[in-house]
Amino acid sequence: MVSSTEQTSTSSETDATLDRWQSEEYKYGFYTDIETDSLPPGLSEDVVRLISAKKDEPDWLLQWRLKAYRHWLTMTEPTWQNVHYEPIDYQKIIYYSAPKQAKDRPQSLDDVDPKLLETYEKLGIPLQERAILAGVAVDAVFDSVSVATTFKEKLGELGIIFCPFSEAVHDHPELVQQYLGSVVPHNDNFFAALNSAVFSDGSFVYIPKGVKCPMDLSTYFRINAISTGQFERTLIVAEEGSTVSYLEGCTAPMRDEHQLHAAVVELIALDDATIKYSTIQNWYPGDKDGKGGIYNFVTKRAKCLGRNSHISWTQVETGAAITWKYPGCILIGDNSVGEFYSVALTNNHQQADTGTKMIHIGKNTRSNVVSKGISAGFGQNTYRGLIKITKSAHGARNYTQCDSMLIGDKCGAHTFPYIEVKNSTAQMEHEATTSKIGEDQLFYCNQRGISTEDAVSMIVNGFCKEVFRELPMEFAVEAQKLLEVSLEGSVG
Amino acid sequence: MLQIRNLHVNVQGHKILKGLTLTINAGEVHSMMGPNGSGKSTLAQVLAGRDTYEVTEGEVFFEGRNLLELEPDERARAGVFLAFQYPVEIPGVGTAYFLRAAVNALRKHRGEEELDAVDFLEFVKEKMRLVDMDEQLLKRSVNEGFSGGEKKRGEIFQMAVLEPKFAILDETDSGLDIDALKIVADGVNSMRRTDRAFLVITHYQRLLNYIVPDFVHVLVDGRIVKSGGKELAMELEERGYAWADQSIRHAAAAS
Repeated sequence: MVSSTEQTSTSSETDATLDRWQSEEYKYGFYTDIETDSLPPGLSEDVVRLISAKKDEPDWLLQWRLKAYRHWLTMTEPTWQNVHYEPIDYQKIIYYSAPKQAKDRPQSLDDVDPKLLETYEKLGIPLQERAILAGVAVDAVFDSVSVATTFKEKLGELGIIFCPFSEAVHDHPELVQQYLGSVVPHNDNFFAALNSAVFSDGSFVYIPKGVKCPMDLSTYFRINAISTGQFERTLIVAEEGSTVSYLEGCTAPMRDEHQLHAAVVELIALDDATIKYSTIQNWYPGDKDGKGGIYNFVTKRAKCLGRNSHISWTQVETGAAITWKYPGCILIGDNSVGEFYSVALTNNHQQADTGTKMIHIGKNTRSNVVSKGISAGFGQNTYRGLIKITKSAHGARNYTQCDSMLIGDKCGAHTFPYIEVKNSTAQMEHEATTSKIGEDQLFYCNQRGISTEDAVSMIVNGFCKEVFRELPMEFAVEAQKLLEVSLEGSVG
Repeated sequence: MLQIRNLHVNVQGHKILKGLTLTINAGEVHSMMGPNGSGKSTLAQVLAGRDTYEVTEGEVFFEGRNLLELEPDERARAGVFLAFQYPVEIPGVGTAYFLRAAVNALRKHRGEEELDAVDFLEFVKEKMRLVDMDEQLLKRSVNEGFSGGEKKRGEIFQMAVLEPKFAILDETDSGLDIDALKIVADGVNSMRRTDRAFLVITHYQRLLNYIVPDFVHVLVDGRIVKSGGKELAMELEERGYAWADQSIRHAAAAS
């Protein structure tokens, strides 16, 4: 936090101070000057064809994209969500931008432009395999393309496929064709349809039968180019008895205009398979006055297809000007389990409308929802969740806990829980609390010598503990730090 | 150590303290007694720096520094401790983590090296014995789900860990059974030192059987109406607060 004396310092110091201040506020806001291969702004059937051609895609995928595009044209942008923004001009967005590379696709890290490696180094994501913390394999997506995937060979020995989506289309077309759109259809919703038409890259993961993935897999998304939308698509398939833990992180440069990120994530778990999907979302949130920032309109859904399958979403949403996402689980297999753990923080003028959908279809299916919303500044935070128990879901159980915390008196917290029960054997529990970060709690901490800033992050971290403990260790630490940075200056 | 001169305090426009003067020297234990609403807890909160209390007149010096100019956390780091009448719960924040942050804030302030988790645990174990606290308690969230007695003992335990120069006990005896009361008193007594002072705020004389004060003050309607030695507490117990108040009024009328 900057003190008032610094803000009013003489002009010679002001620039330097402001620079320092801004970079502290959002330290991933830099831009990498790199030559790109970009399409002009605008969207048409030709653009869809061009993207497909650039990726040298098979015809079935082009047809799928076109089907999505034509359907998208008939749709209108949703307005039911509790967020407000200026209309998006879809003709002003660049739908494809890729850093120019020596070869079309780098075969190893040695082929990757050093500037890109440097970028990821600066983001704290070293791509050099030997430097990677605790053996996490990383797929790095830069604007529209994947630039590097680490540990591929090692994973390959176990039959695990972890590669850029566009590579999977070429190397494993049968898997992609079988599962693409099987959880989130091309016409699912406005943003998912848009994504289906123009998606450029993303990650593909396939864990074969009985294999426990020996390391966390992660994708790091970076928006770099100006006026570019990012439309990635992630598909994870866990075969019978397999296990995988996957993490995604994201950042973008600081810019005055908004940028659109409309991703789709599909997860499929077969019998006895487990997928743990964790997100640390730190897109540029805009400045203190709400200028700029990413629109994060994302569709994430999982299918627990198999018996005893288990899918868990954990998300820490601290970035983006507007967040609109409801990672959900369709619980088809008997005894399958869906979980959703979320921390969403909105500070300054950020808005979030997020929650989950749990659709119970199989017998004895269980779902567990823990949502922690934190609002500070002028932030508006909405939890929206649907728990649906269909007729066939005998013995289904849901537990939902939905807590909101307010910091200051200009922010808001809203809760919209929807519950539909069509089977009388279901057991539902819903708990909700809203608390203001207590003056009493702050004073108590102060009285023990703890500064207000430290006290706020301590109290907020305590509030989020149930969610953080679901994250892999290193990421839990990162999430805590991120909350601290995001909360800076929220208490006067 | 502490000089309070002519302190006037308002709470939401109501005058609560109306000219309180008190000097506490190092090594002394003072007891502040008085009926409900006399301003005892207000005094404790003002000394600790709660901002909902407005000081309209008077001054407070702590070791020569103007205490009223310091933020609550600065006062704490300067050595002022308040054992809360109603200790606050902080869900999800472990007691050990919380206390270590407090200890390290203090050590940093003094220019000492901060303690890591292992050193800290060694350090607090000894203090836990002092108030007969279960070690399991360190793992639980701050005051969450603690019984009334556990909370009060917890405050004394925190005091023992933080080793303040000046400690205020705000009705630490209320709601304690006799065994807990003894434990709390033993904790305080073991911390009495020539360079440390206590202000024990209580409604009842009972606690003062165990923590024997050097001075007893009677606070009525925002003013100290009577001061004396430990025997004053006994007299109050027999005659009630009205007696202390009236004896002052009579004296004023006679002069």
